[in-house]
Amino acid sequence: MSERAGRSGLVAAVPVAFLVVFFVWPSGHVLVRAFGAGALREVLTDPTFRRVLWFTSWQAVLSTALTFGAGLPAAYVVARYDFTGRRLFRAFVTVPFVMPTVVVAVAFLALLRPGGAFAFLGWDRGLAPMIVAQVFFNVAVVVRIVGGFWANLDVRREDAARMLGASRARVFREVTLPLLAPALVAAASIVFLFTFTSFGVVLLLSDPAHATLEVEIYRQAFAYFDLPVAAALSLVQIVVVATVLWALSRAQERSALPQRLVAADVTARRPRGRERLFVAGVIGVTTVFLALPLVALALRSVRPGGEWSASAYRALATRPATTTSVVSPGLAIRNSVLFALVATVIALVVGGCAAFAVAARSRRVGRPLDVLVMLPLGASSVTVGLGFLLTFGSPPLDLSGAWILIPIAHALIAIPFVVRAVAPALRSIDPRLRDAAAVLGASPRAVWREVDLPIVTRAFAVAAGFCAAVSLGEFGATLFLTRPEWSTVPVAIQRLLGRPGEANVSQSLALATVLMGLTVVIVLAMERVRVRHLGEL
Amino acid sequence: MLRVSGARVVFGTTCAVDGVDLEVGERETVAVIGPSGCGKSTLLRAVAGLQPLDAGTVSWDGGDLSGVPPHRRGFGMVFQEYALFPHRDVAGNVAFGLRMQGVGPAERDRRVDDALELVGLGGFRERRVATLSGGEQQRVALARALVARPRLLMLDEPLGALDRVWRARLVDELPLLLAGAGTPALYVTHDHEEAFAVADRVAVMRDGRIVQSGPPAALWDRPADAWTAGFLGFGPAVDAEVRGPVLHTPWGPLAAPAGAPAGAVRLVVRPDGVAVGPGGAVEGTVTRVRFAGARAELTVVPAAGPALRAAVVAAAAPPAGAVVGCGLGPDALLCYPRPAD
Repeated sequence: MSERAGRSGLVAAVPVAFLVVFFVWPSGHVLVRAFGAGALREVLTDPTFRRVLWFTSWQAVLSTALTFGAGLPAAYVVARYDFTGRRLFRAFVTVPFVMPTVVVAVAFLALLRPGGAFAFLGWDRGLAPMIVAQVFFNVAVVVRIVGGFWANLDVRREDAARMLGASRARVFREVTLPLLAPALVAAASIVFLFTFTSFGVVLLLSDPAHATLEVEIYRQAFAYFDLPVAAALSLVQIVVVATVLWALSRAQERSALPQRLVAADVTARRPRGRERLFVAGVIGVTTVFLALPLVALALRSVRPGGEWSASAYRALATRPATTTSVVSPGLAIRNSVLFALVATVIALVVGGCAAFAVAARSRRVGRPLDVLVMLPLGASSVTVGLGFLLTFGSPPLDLSGAWILIPIAHALIAIPFVVRAVAPALRSIDPRLRDAAAVLGASPRAVWREVDLPIVTRAFAVAAGFCAAVSLGEFGATLFLTRPEWSTVPVAIQRLLGRPGEANVSQSLALATVLMGLTVVIVLAMERVRVRHLGEL
Repeated sequence: MLRVSGARVVFGTTCAVDGVDLEVGERETVAVIGPSGCGKSTLLRAVAGLQPLDAGTVSWDGGDLSGVPPHRRGFGMVFQEYALFPHRDVAGNVAFGLRMQGVGPAERDRRVDDALELVGLGGFRERRVATLSGGEQQRVALARALVARPRLLMLDEPLGALDRVWRARLVDELPLLLAGAGTPALYVTHDHEEAFAVADRVAVMRDGRIVQSGPPAALWDRPADAWTAGFLGFGPAVDAEVRGPVLHTPWGPLAAPAGAPAGAVRLVVRPDGVAVGPGGAVEGTVTRVRFAGARAELTVVPAAGPALRAAVVAAAAPPAGAVVGCGLGPDALLCYPRPAD
């Protein structure tokens, strides 16, 4: 027992060291800067910043509400009806969620800009496109979390209420809703977190009058070079997010009821009669909403100036590297792929060690480490970038301009997902399997090789795909750390969009389409691994 | 041979295994029985080396095993609910121990086939373990443990997860398989009938201690104390008193059995010793007849004293409502000294 605890302590040292150096220390720098030089007082009293905080809050609440409005029907349909293509639909709904924010922003521009199918709305930039894009992004959270939980709720309780004389509406209000509450709160927490700290979509789709805290931090740091104010804004954001998430987690605990859940395939049935119309309608509307921007993006990238042509893609390949401050797209793609590989390796090593330590269930090590590992998820990517900027630009660890900071930041953001993917797989291993292997003559090392490793390999593969997708799409932190020669695809797209001329727009569309394609390939590979995983075990 | 002496395992403030001595000789099958939580599985894990001892020793042929990790002990184990590897097929599971021993592929294949043949799963090599029934999984677990030719085979509630039919079948087959392999075995179960059917010797465990050990017949004939008698299904148990040759019971005075301690005793009535028929000392009404194949168990409520149970031949069982006499001869009475309180 003590030997095992010792080993898990050793394994825990890797993630602890990594997180202390690359998360705790930079966060400390942000804190120190925020409290120094009166920046915090300025931020808290200046009406401009108050307006930003107010706007950030209400747009997050509005986006969350609209996301539920758009996602709940789909969650219900996926949970309660068995229809052809159900799994495909569920996988498809997840696609926007894993899309890089920049791709989503450019996709909406493709729809809304002059020449786009929805140009007549006159929504080129501003509040409306930004909110719609946030909903587009987060519908998956509602469908997967609420729908997943809903599918496991025992239908017979609802049947019992109906037999006792409750109408359909009352059953929903008095039985289904209270039982569903924990999942609703969980989904709301996540959507609120994502929309409150939304950066890429706001930066690219909104106007200066509608800026979130995250965008304001970036603007303070790069337009006004006021790092203390940027740090103070980061602190305010962290405090607000932490408070809201804490309150929501309390609400979730309170609403959690001990209830027997049932297998999902028992609760779903084929739609009958008019239900068929309802199910088809929900699937149709959801599909169109989620597919439209992505299809528009791909189509417009091959119709620059309204004519079918691959010229934008040819331009990507030939654009010289050094003519302007805009990096060559070819180099950006190379950088993105390189960073994704490095970030994935770092995240798998650090996150894998953390998962092993967390799953070892030694409370002294596991619990605090679990919390530590999840922290970067709560801090926004812009805060991570700002922290790196403040910390690694000067001794004792001067890495200013070093490309490695970019994949490290990506890895930091991806590590929580690795732990969440690998630790449950490790925990799911029946400890008796290890005992059985040991009694059959397997040394501790052989037990690890023969039992633990094969069972978690697939979880690692899924985690690797996730890391690569996160790294390819990461935007906020990268913007803080990038140099022209280390531009990634999202950064290159943003730079292209910031330049005048239709050619630049076409190229940004083409580049976004390439990024979308890369992401789709990774997600499809992940789904394949996951499906086989379920098929075999 | 296996010798456990003074074994002690402490979890926090509770002593799961408390000074256990146990031996398993060559070709012998020893069963450890007791209610759940009595420490029998912990004892097994300690023998396997999966659970370190807080005191005492486990030795094999005189050599102390305390520093030997589980994978070097050369013991086999069939786990509760089998613990088959879900990521390997049947052959992969059975071959595991041989691979760990470094047995070559050709011999491995042959021995895996032999082992599967032995447990009656000839054509199951490539099957996924998740597609097997409980009984089949149990046999795979057995083949997996036996194929590595362990010095000692341990079985932890091996039939606990099976339905009746498979259970009955394997209770019959297990002793033959064990005898065929010539492997000494340590068998843990909560079911005394299963233990009696499988084992040469049975040890009864209660609260971490072994309270009695011996061949099944001796155990059945003379349980060491009132608790063990109750665990074997005897009863009712009542307070009684031996004065000279007379045993004073709630059912009236009876002849004290030979060797009964004088004074206050705990009296356990064994249903298989109660003689039902005319002239029985205690008269009562049959309130319940429970058939169990060839035998039936009657519940008889006398005019005074607690209800009695009597095992009779099913064909001769009186109907419910009949008034019968119950003879409580020396065969029916187990007397244990009762500490004065």
